[in-house]
Amino acid sequence: MGRIVLDQVNKSFDGVEVIPPLDLTIEDGEFTVFVGPSGCGKSTLLRLIAGLEDVTGGQIHIDGKDSTQLAPAKRKLAMVFQSYALYPHMSVRNNIAFPLKMAKLGRDKINSKVMAAAEVLNLTDYLERRPGLLSGGQRQRVAIGRAIVREPKAFLFDEPLSNLDAALRVEMRLEIGELHKRLATTMVYVTHDQVEAMTMADRIVVLKAGNIEQVGSPLELYSKPKNVFVAGFIGSPSMNLLEGPEAVKLGAKTIGIRPEHLSISDQEGVWSGIIGVSEHLGSDTFFHVKCDAFPEPITVRASGEVSLHYGEKVFLTPNHAHLHLFSDDGLRIA
Amino acid sequence: MSTNASRSAARVMMAPAVILLLGWMLVPLTMTFWFSFRKFLPMRGGDLGFAGFDNYVRFLTSSSFWPAVQTTLIIVISVLVITVVLGILLAMLLDQPMWGQGIVRILVIAPFFVMPTVSALLWKNMFMDPVNGLFAHLFKAFGAEPVIWLTDAALPSIIMIVSWQWLPFATLILLTARQSLDSEQMEAAEMDGAPLLKRFWFIVLPHLGRAITVVILIQTIFILSTFAEIFVTTSGAFDTRTLTYLIFQRITDSQNIGLGSAGGVYAIILANIVALFLMRIVGKNLDA
Repeated sequence: MGRIVLDQVNKSFDGVEVIPPLDLTIEDGEFTVFVGPSGCGKSTLLRLIAGLEDVTGGQIHIDGKDSTQLAPAKRKLAMVFQSYALYPHMSVRNNIAFPLKMAKLGRDKINSKVMAAAEVLNLTDYLERRPGLLSGGQRQRVAIGRAIVREPKAFLFDEPLSNLDAALRVEMRLEIGELHKRLATTMVYVTHDQVEAMTMADRIVVLKAGNIEQVGSPLELYSKPKNVFVAGFIGSPSMNLLEGPEAVKLGAKTIGIRPEHLSISDQEGVWSGIIGVSEHLGSDTFFHVKCDAFPEPITVRASGEVSLHYGEKVFLTPNHAHLHLFSDDGLRIA
Repeated sequence: MSTNASRSAARVMMAPAVILLLGWMLVPLTMTFWFSFRKFLPMRGGDLGFAGFDNYVRFLTSSSFWPAVQTTLIIVISVLVITVVLGILLAMLLDQPMWGQGIVRILVIAPFFVMPTVSALLWKNMFMDPVNGLFAHLFKAFGAEPVIWLTDAALPSIIMIVSWQWLPFATLILLTARQSLDSEQMEAAEMDGAPLLKRFWFIVLPHLGRAITVVILIQTIFILSTFAEIFVTTSGAFDTRTLTYLIFQRITDSQNIGLGSAGGVYAIILANIVALFLMRIVGKNLDA
């Protein structure tokens, strides 16, 4: 139904290439997340798929049909915008009904579809209100409601949660995930937040400067990052990327080790260092350790409360099974 | 910001301006009220004492009153319709990215900077003159008989002049309103399958709603007091006598200060009713 194929798609603005030619296949029913730092072209890529921007070259196939030159409305995709883009002068009911009215559906049919969507999204009590009177989470749900009534081939989300506060973001994340499981429709989701990407995605596409750095399931990216960029981008707190003689000893330019794959001890270990700032989260404690062997401080995770303090001398031992080695050009060796 | 000291300092500093403005307004207002209740004929005996409501009754029952009201309404409504409709269209056009945008926008706004007297003279002599005017030449170029604008089509001529003056104002306000529309809303509507005209009707027009009301109310207040354009062109002849012009004629031509002042008081009441609506809407606009 909603298989999206990008074939050598590229985009330039005034001669500046934002997205170099790129191939990507988004399988039907898949939850794909585009993630990358700001300005990496992920939103542009989404807008190319939506048809809100014209491609400079290449082809976009949606559902097996060449849609490169198709108008946005004809692609049968629905988009949820960062600002929600609700129509402020229309009630929630009319907002959700708008795409159906544009499709010239009958009044009864529109009503039943709007009610069904409102039910799914817990909006039944707010149908007569204007968007201005709703909270951020409710507005988000109206925007999603407006998208689902069209029964699109795929949903496109453009950083939909970035205007919400932290607690609500976690809640909406689960709701969108739940929605995806229930509808089983293709979803393409753009975010700069790797936690959102890791928690929601079936497949993550990591982008940097318009290039696809790696495509894979969250755990693939986590355990086998293809290069230094992906290694540093995925995971929170981020992976320690270390250079220097210790790395050369292992036959690499850069070695990467995640905070949870280091053990800390005040008795013995491979690398010695001094504890800097520690962050106590209750379940975990993160120490920033200044090691003699490396110029940058190393982040280490310890489970629970550990009684080590600022300025104390400690030893770190990496778990060699989880050591990532990267070559001179930043690619993964092992 | 608002400690007691800063608040009283602000009051003291604003006082001169407030007192000046208040005096500027109150003195003529009280004098108008005073004269409106007096029989005051400067060339025929001067102030002849208290007249009660005679002036008010005479102004309303005079045979020129209702035609003047009608003319005023025709001018106000026509100018509003022309400026709002053309203003919306121009705003949509000027919002498009194009070459020389800055210069075009300045050109569009330019008529607003021309004084009413000057613009009326320009129209009267340059465009509408039946012998040398541009319109006359244009008509002749097509072999048609030139229209004697200010005699045969006096009211439309004045409507044209006033509209020309107020179109930039409407365009400017509506253009800024159009630009404040979130582009994601338009894109959302596009994805929802709304074609261009429906996007205009369902998204752009409602968004412009408040700006349109503000334009209508502000223009109403100013167009109600249109004077120079009539004075310079027809002097109130050929059915172009508005309420404002009637008041002027009562005072200068009829030399009846009392009667003119009574008309002035009616005009004040009328303008205040409009202003009341205006302040409510503008106030609401500022809150949002």
